[in-house]
Amino acid sequence: MSARVDGNALAGILSEYFRLDTTTAIVQCTGCGTRAELAREFVYTDPMGFVVRCESCDDVLMIVVQRPGGVWLDLRGIDGVQFGA
Amino acid sequence: LTEELWKVGTVVETRIQTPSSRSIQLDVPGWPGNIAGQHVDVRLTAEDGYTAVRSYSLASVGDSERIELAVDRLPTGEVSPYLVEELRAGDQLEFRGPLGTYFVWRPTDTAPVQLIAGGSGIVPLMAMLRSHATSTSTVPFRLLYSVRTPRDVFFADELVELAKSPYLTVTFVYTRQAPPEWPTAPARITVEAIAADAFAKEDNPVAFVCGPTGFVETVADIMVGLEVFAPLTIKTERFGGK
Repeated sequence: MSARVDGNALAGILSEYFRLDTTTAIVQCTGCGTRAELAREFVYTDPMGFVVRCESCDDVLMIVVQRPGGVWLDLRGIDGVQFGA
Repeated sequence: LTEELWKVGTVVETRIQTPSSRSIQLDVPGWPGNIAGQHVDVRLTAEDGYTAVRSYSLASVGDSERIELAVDRLPTGEVSPYLVEELRAGDQLEFRGPLGTYFVWRPTDTAPVQLIAGGSGIVPLMAMLRSHATSTSTVPFRLLYSVRTPRDVFFADELVELAKSPYLTVTFVYTRQAPPEWPTAPARITVEAIAADAFAKEDNPVAFVCGPTGFVETVADIMVGLEVFAPLTIKTERFGGK
């Protein structure tokens, strides 16, 4: 797995599927309850896509899997998302 | 499904910035303009159809269809060696963007701005400096720029010009080799260097920190410890790498 980056790196791939910019969307971690802009979360790039971890407790928030024909978003560690904050 | 998001840009000019990097100017018809600090995804397609996508910050800002990137060559990189060494005027690349509205500065923002760059992390901060310089903003800016040696400064001449503004100070930190007569020995960026450049807490400053992941996280930790910045006012963008 490569060096950690952050949620800024998700802007491009998610722009394919979300009308609004996702890097300023606030996500709430299921594990610790921390709310933060997606841009602040830790992101690990992988040949398959991206693993997003909570900047506070390091739990997995989301996995972005790139596949032919589209993207699979596994939102296992996110309680909710606030757009337009 | 999503192919319409990609725009084709044509290289107009490339310029050597440092021994390992170049800036690249491109014309991108249909480019909607961008805010300072935004980035683009660049897609390269090989003859066999293999594609590689990488994110690069924009040094340019405004509503022109002429954009500028500046790319540092990563020794083990798949894309950056091509962009730095092979790309020529007339070559075409595909772009998705502008991207991101988190790590951005707008001329209407009113808080004093502390910029801290490590190496090629200067690129999005350069867009902020240009946006600041070409607007009527009189918000004070400070740039603290960590480079290995004097030869590794991106946009060196332009920074000298920009620093003539009464609203900007530019301070360098040299990590491997400093210019002759430089007052401090080369060293990684320190608490003291950051504290010396910082605004007062009462000024309610904001900060943008960009560079390799290790650099960004070290600097951000120092800045939180200084208790000058409210934690949420320190915005970071990590390039990865070492």
